[in-house]
Amino acid sequence: MNEKPDKLIDKKGLRGDGRKADELRPVKLQVGVLPNADGSAYIEHGKNKILAGAFGPREMHPKHLAQADRMVLRCRYHMAPFSVPERKSPAPSRREVELSKVIKESLEPALFLELYPRTGVDVFVEVLQADGGTRCASITAAALAIADAGVPMRDLVVACAAGKVDDTVVVDLYDAEDKLGAADVPVAYMPNLNAVTLLQMDGILSPDEFEKAVNMAMEGCKKIYALQKEALKTKYMVVKEAEE
Amino acid sequence: MPTFFEKKQLVTPGELLAEGDYLPGENTFVENGKIYASRIGLVDSDNKKVNVVALRAFYVPKMGDIVIGTVVEVGFNGWTVDIKAPYSAMLRASDVLSRPFKPQNDELSAVLNTGDLIVAKIASYDRAHDPQLTVGEPGLGKITRGQILRVTPTKIPRIIGRKGSMISMIKQETNCQIILGLNGVILVTGKSLREEEVAIEAIRKIEEESHTSGLTDRITQLLKEKKQTPPKLEETPQ
Repeated sequence: MNEKPDKLIDKKGLRGDGRKADELRPVKLQVGVLPNADGSAYIEHGKNKILAGAFGPREMHPKHLAQADRMVLRCRYHMAPFSVPERKSPAPSRREVELSKVIKESLEPALFLELYPRTGVDVFVEVLQADGGTRCASITAAALAIADAGVPMRDLVVACAAGKVDDTVVVDLYDAEDKLGAADVPVAYMPNLNAVTLLQMDGILSPDEFEKAVNMAMEGCKKIYALQKEALKTKYMVVKEAEE
Repeated sequence: MPTFFEKKQLVTPGELLAEGDYLPGENTFVENGKIYASRIGLVDSDNKKVNVVALRAFYVPKMGDIVIGTVVEVGFNGWTVDIKAPYSAMLRASDVLSRPFKPQNDELSAVLNTGDLIVAKIASYDRAHDPQLTVGEPGLGKITRGQILRVTPTKIPRIIGRKGSMISMIKQETNCQIILGLNGVILVTGKSLREEEVAIEAIRKIEEESHTSGLTDRITQLLKEKKQTPPKLEETPQ
């Protein structure tokens, strides 16, 4: 890692990668990239590159994990050994187990779990390249993969982070800001239902700053949501346009 | 009581469709009196009912449906059948054998073995129990010849067409027998390999372009073209 720079935000108010405080990194989304999965999605969020694949609903294996009254959602968040500058052991780490749980719980409110009892939906998230904010990008991709699998959903789930860097509240932190900044607030959100499904905070913020961060993250979510919808539609539009 | 869509518009999960005096139809749900889409698909409304025709979905068993499945396991008194649904189905031995079933006399794998394909009807299914199949009706039972293809289950009605117009056209033009399993598995049996392939190509085209307009005409054209161009190689009889 490089030495800590004196300032993460320069005199003009621009951040380390040239963005303004309320500017998102470029986001690219693609749906249906893995033919072997029931549903899949790929996201490039800044330098993050993440694949998500969804299966199901299908019979639960092992069987004792099935619930008699509802569907079970399982998530696996995994970082590829080459996703970070220093090789990461491919074995699931404490952090990955936690993120798997966090992703699962942020997606659950979007699904109609009671509709298909005794079944399970599996979501596999593979981080190919990480640059801060992978949990948010993973949630965005995983929600698309589930929708692509044809599982009914209340809304697509989008996630975006905000935080504090050099006493300024900024949106969509990248790796250096995440590590050296003062606080990080990831938010997962269902825009149409106006419901927050994940809200975490790492660091210290005043109540005012916290509120500002949450609002900024939600604004970011709305911008990504538009791209998410577009990506899902594009998969089917391509065929339509080719014919007409 | 406004609606927020145009006919045949492509919608994504969570999109607001209507408010007030409307009824939620397929692939929609109600929250705070508003109707939203729950799957990606095309919206449509008849009278007061708002429907979404899903572009991607899975098969959910329903009593009385004809399905095509694969035998995956031979058990003590029946077979486990994969019907491409969230639940695997059971076919009881006493249903297949017309006489009372005795485990000591009958070898079940001689009747149906793993890997065999069957056309069956769903005899019973509810939330608490896996679907039960039956083959005790004409037209049901083990598949001995033909080709199998899989489509998204929601496309089956499109392949059938209005009052069966699309499927009967394909059947007529290709001289094939086609059985549509409502679980999205289709059996095509024809007199020659070529006829089967033409039918499969037509069905694949319908699946891919199911949400476009003027499809019937394009399928008619496709079938006509294929009929005119004779096969290049002499076919070996099956």
